Amino acid sequence: MHEPGYNFAYLDESTKRMIRRAILKAVAIPGHQVPFGAREMPLPYGWGTGGIQVTAAVIGPTDVLKVIDQGADDTTNAVSIRRFFARTAGVATTERTADATIIQTRHRIPERPLTEDQILVYQVPIPEPLSRLEPRIAETRRLHSMADYGLMHVKLYEDITKHGHIATAYAYPVIVQSRYLMCPSPIPAFDNPKMHMMPALQLFGAGREKRIYAVPPWTEVRSLDFDDHPFRPIRAPHACALCGSTESYLDEVITDDQGGRMYVCSDTDYCNERQALAGGAT
Amino acid sequence: MYVATKGGERAISAAHAWLEAVRRGPPGRAEIATDQIADQLGLAVDRVMAEGSCHDRGLAALAIKQARGDLIEAAFLLRAYRTTLPRFGSSRPLDTGAMRLQRRISATYKDLPGGQVLGPTFDYTHRLLDFRLTAESEPAQPPPEAAPDSAVTPRVTELLAREGLMQREVSYDGTPGDLTREPLSFPADRPLRLQALARGDEGFLLSLGYSTQRGYGGNHPFVGEIRMGDVAVELVPPELGFAISIGDITVTECQMVNQFKGSRREPPQFTRGYGLVFGHGERKAMAMALVDRALRAAELGEASDAPAQQQEFVLSHCDNVEATGFVEHLKLPHYVDFQSELENVRTMRAAVAAGSLG
Repeated sequence: MHEPGYNFAYLDESTKRMIRRAILKAVAIPGHQVPFGAREMPLPYGWGTGGIQVTAAVIGPTDVLKVIDQGADDTTNAVSIRRFFARTAGVATTERTADATIIQTRHRIPERPLTEDQILVYQVPIPEPLSRLEPRIAETRRLHSMADYGLMHVKLYEDITKHGHIATAYAYPVIVQSRYLMCPSPIPAFDNPKMHMMPALQLFGAGREKRIYAVPPWTEVRSLDFDDHPFRPIRAPHACALCGSTESYLDEVITDDQGGRMYVCSDTDYCNERQALAGGAT
Repeated sequence: MYVATKGGERAISAAHAWLEAVRRGPPGRAEIATDQIADQLGLAVDRVMAEGSCHDRGLAALAIKQARGDLIEAAFLLRAYRTTLPRFGSSRPLDTGAMRLQRRISATYKDLPGGQVLGPTFDYTHRLLDFRLTAESEPAQPPPEAAPDSAVTPRVTELLAREGLMQREVSYDGTPGDLTREPLSFPADRPLRLQALARGDEGFLLSLGYSTQRGYGGNHPFVGEIRMGDVAVELVPPELGFAISIGDITVTECQMVNQFKGSRREPPQFTRGYGLVFGHGERKAMAMALVDRALRAAELGEASDAPAQQQEFVLSHCDNVEATGFVEHLKLPHYVDFQSELENVRTMRAAVAAGSLG
């Protein structure tokens, strides 16, 4: 049962229809930012209102929802958003990536490859990849319309001349379907390759900036780079202290004030599954 | 041994229970009632209605109580409620010329038809703490009352316009945009700009308006008129076809008179900056009028390089509900991105160290 007094998944049906239209347009033009009439949500702007509205527009009573923040299900904001949907939509929730039909995420893509039956909803703070180079939206719209992305190439080139390599570690810009420059949201560059040819539908919601964009299943997503300076995903060069993975993205945990630290998987479900498997094997 | 932190759900519930206890304060003390807030903290209620973009004194008072007096939080609560309400129509434009005045002042004329009406104002009070208010006080003596003045009170700007000295506003026939339904796109027209300013943060607009006075996009303003009072809200139901009044609301209107040197197409004349807010919000209405006029710089062929004259800058940052959300979201965990930055900086430091050794 969902919260009485509110419509299923909080938003009224005409608002959902408006958002679905924006989503359809976004899917039809991969990587293009579609303006939409974002509503004020009962959670603050910048805390996932875009992702929440997208999820509310696509979720149905039989969906199973997973919400992660920093890769983990138990981070406070993920808990709050999962509770919000449990309360307003009464849907089943899960912490298992494999069991979810909709995964709302902030800052990570799950390690486990997603399937065609899943939708990944990203929370996006600043949808405009050019915003740090050109803050005027009227101007960045013009640049997108002409596919004029010289600014971004020059910025990456300047990184190389200054630092010897591209110094962008997260929210690393991508080109979708060889056309639109897109911000993948502030996921670590490590996650960028997962977006390429992903079987799942990827939807991006920016509530405060009132934009929705999408990457349809099986779409080409290329991280910007140069022939002599190819894209390099960054991860701490260690193994997870809990499951031993050398493939996953790691969080660094400070264990004492003597410089002690350890590295653990940021994706808690992935780590738990590997630990369970290892436990079962012995 | 490290164990991943669990129990976020329990911690959140406990934190909210603590918040509720702190909000209530010592249980032995009388609880503040929302009608006390509405009556005695009326200007706070007005501000929350203006920035919450919803005219309902009771709900605004409730929001203030629930927000422990944090007015931006209260505006946020009111906005989140407002967005769930159905829309059954648009009112006709308010006729502020027919306002039942509580206050009306002009700084451009010593006397004028309708006169200067001070109303309940802090102006000319000495800002001395009144320690009598710390004790429960007897109801104050009722203020002296004069017979209501039935004189017509024309708008100052209209008096100037009749003489050809004030630029006439373009009458706007189309349905104005609605920034709560359609996202703002740039350049935004004046109706949309005024909508954004009307719900914008008082402090932000105050500072921007102040900056125009200090030379960042100045346009020599005079307060043509400030009026505050009650106006009727009229609606034309489609099944009736004529206007009916659905109630009165209190608003504050400010019309600034600004110099304009003229252009090739227009003779020298005065131009208007306009401010209108719910309730008694004089500071906000004045700041809004200054910023409205500053945002007209481009249309009037003036230089527009000061912050208050740049509409993307002003309109994208004047909403305090958006601003507070995004600033405060920095509290959320960012350790995934920070980890990437850590590795990045370590790599760069290693490169520098290798370079200096070699």
